[in-house]
Amino acid sequence: MTLNRRTFIAVGTAAAASLSSPAVLAQGSGRPRVVVIGGGSGGATAARYIAKDSDGAIDVTLVEPSRSYFTCYFSNLYIGGFTDLDDISHTYGTLAAKYGINVVHDWAVGVDRDAKTVSLAGGDALSYDKLILAPGIDFVEDAVPGWSVAAQNRMPHAYKAGSQSELLKAQIMAMPEGGRFAMVAPPDPYRCPPGPYERVSMVAHVLKETNPTAKILIVDPKEKFSKQALFEEGWQRHYSGMIERIGPDFGGENTSVDPDAMIIDIDGMVEKVDVCNVIPAQKAGRIADMAGVTMGNWAPVNAADMSSTVDADVYVLGDSADQGDMPKSGFAANSQAKVCAMAIRGELTGSRVFPAKFTNTCWSLIAADDGVKVGATYEATEERIAKVDGFISETGEDAATRKATYEESVGWYSGITTDMFS
Amino acid sequence: MRAVVTGLFVTLAPGPGGADPIGDPEAGEQHFNDCIGCHEIGKGAEDGIGPHLNGIFGRRVAAHDDYPYSESMQRAGVDGLTWTLETLDAYIENPRALVSKTRMSYRGLGDAQARADLLAYLRRFSDNPANIPEAAPTAVGTDHSVDPDILAIQGDPEYGEYLSSECVSCHMADGTADGIPSITRWPEDDFVVAMHAYKEKLRPHPVMQMMAGRLSNEEIAALAAYFRDPD
Repeated sequence: MTLNRRTFIAVGTAAAASLSSPAVLAQGSGRPRVVVIGGGSGGATAARYIAKDSDGAIDVTLVEPSRSYFTCYFSNLYIGGFTDLDDISHTYGTLAAKYGINVVHDWAVGVDRDAKTVSLAGGDALSYDKLILAPGIDFVEDAVPGWSVAAQNRMPHAYKAGSQSELLKAQIMAMPEGGRFAMVAPPDPYRCPPGPYERVSMVAHVLKETNPTAKILIVDPKEKFSKQALFEEGWQRHYSGMIERIGPDFGGENTSVDPDAMIIDIDGMVEKVDVCNVIPAQKAGRIADMAGVTMGNWAPVNAADMSSTVDADVYVLGDSADQGDMPKSGFAANSQAKVCAMAIRGELTGSRVFPAKFTNTCWSLIAADDGVKVGATYEATEERIAKVDGFISETGEDAATRKATYEESVGWYSGITTDMFS
Repeated sequence: MRAVVTGLFVTLAPGPGGADPIGDPEAGEQHFNDCIGCHEIGKGAEDGIGPHLNGIFGRRVAAHDDYPYSESMQRAGVDGLTWTLETLDAYIENPRALVSKTRMSYRGLGDAQARADLLAYLRRFSDNPANIPEAAPTAVGTDHSVDPDILAIQGDPEYGEYLSSECVSCHMADGTADGIPSITRWPEDDFVVAMHAYKEKLRPHPVMQMMAGRLSNEEIAALAAYFRDPD
């Protein structure tokens, strides 16, 4: 048989196709493959550090459905009028162009841990040697009876930033004079422990300027909350008489809502409100559950490298991870991502591995130039990420200190987003 | 609710005889000859090349309204650094240990007794010297300088690069400063003495005290080596 050009091409195509299963996208060429699901503080940082530090020796794919990512941190400052939504929006072009990361804007809808593949909503599949799950949070169904994602337009959560933040802000600005804003706060553990209370501060700041007779009601299932003394002191100083909080002793843990009627039922006490910000109980982003690495609501990990306790080739970062003492924060996810990236490079390319070190700091803004912070350092133990040392702002600090703390938080925002996206 | 008023008990510093004097103010006046080119002190003293030094004890760093302090000195003030026997002692011993980019062109006074004498002299020009203890328990004879053996450690820049990933969550890796100072391309010794000053809590910033507090001497050297030339 003589091979003419046309048949040669046909044979070549068939041979190439037979090398991989038809549904799996061609990736890399012999390089180890890392797939990262989720492009937030954990996922974007991990993808960037693995690609940057391996100098192309590892093929990195980042799966993130959003083309524009809005950080949850500083989204409260948008509500307070201290930043624009554009300023907390980030894109993935630099990760692709500068580091060669394959950025796939699609939903991961399944993980086959035996075949080591991730299936995408668009129909493709990605194979991996190491998989990083950093999907953030999803909400526990029926956590607040009467509320569901279908009702989030009436009662926004604004706990995944972007359109929800914009919606909540618009509702606050449209409140009737002397109207009432309510927040249904989440039970522990949840993303950004001071977040709901910073949000209340920012809502109060806006209302004080635009609608000073308006009131704020917090319905809270928790006895205590993060930076409580600092927030309560600040609320007294800046927003005296404006904010009321109902804790579990008065039924705060037994709350339901009626989004159509804009009603909150607090253990039988019915309150009609004008804006209702429902932040439901939270769990690991759903893909972690689908991958079979969760126990209960979260995915347990080994502290030394953030690998799942059920699969050594799957790693879980940030909010979704059950890791021990660190709070669920963007700073924590960013810190965990660097430990994880170092460990994965070590396994795939033999690069040096150093002891895990973790850090977190959370800044909150209470009013203009009145910033506070809490932070800690952590180390890996056999059982968990364990706290080593920490600090918190003090009540009664002078104005210069608080202003410096706020300015520092602005500097941190530049730092961490550069560390993720530039 | 009516506030409950509790009595405030003021603890008075030990009087004469209760503590050794800081040092000899007469000898301190001689050492001050090294300072008078820039600093005025005493009746009618004004800010000149350097700020005047009347009433310095207990004052927050960079507190004279009209004096153009360096950015580094202003930041130290904002961070909460206050002039006490201990911080003045450390600053005079090695100005850059406490304030990295201070404009005070003074290489430091290594002799602990000479510093003590100088501090005793400065104390005379406080509004109320009686309120300043004549001796703070740790002020005299404390050596704040970083051990030469620690300064001699050759840092491992590769380890430093990994450790640096914690720093760049806040400090911009490219050295730009936006609310948080630059930490890149520092002379290694300056970096090391600054980190040890945080570790000893001489420098006031709580995040930095925490971060430095858990770094070993080798880790600080590694970071200094990496940040000296991160590219």
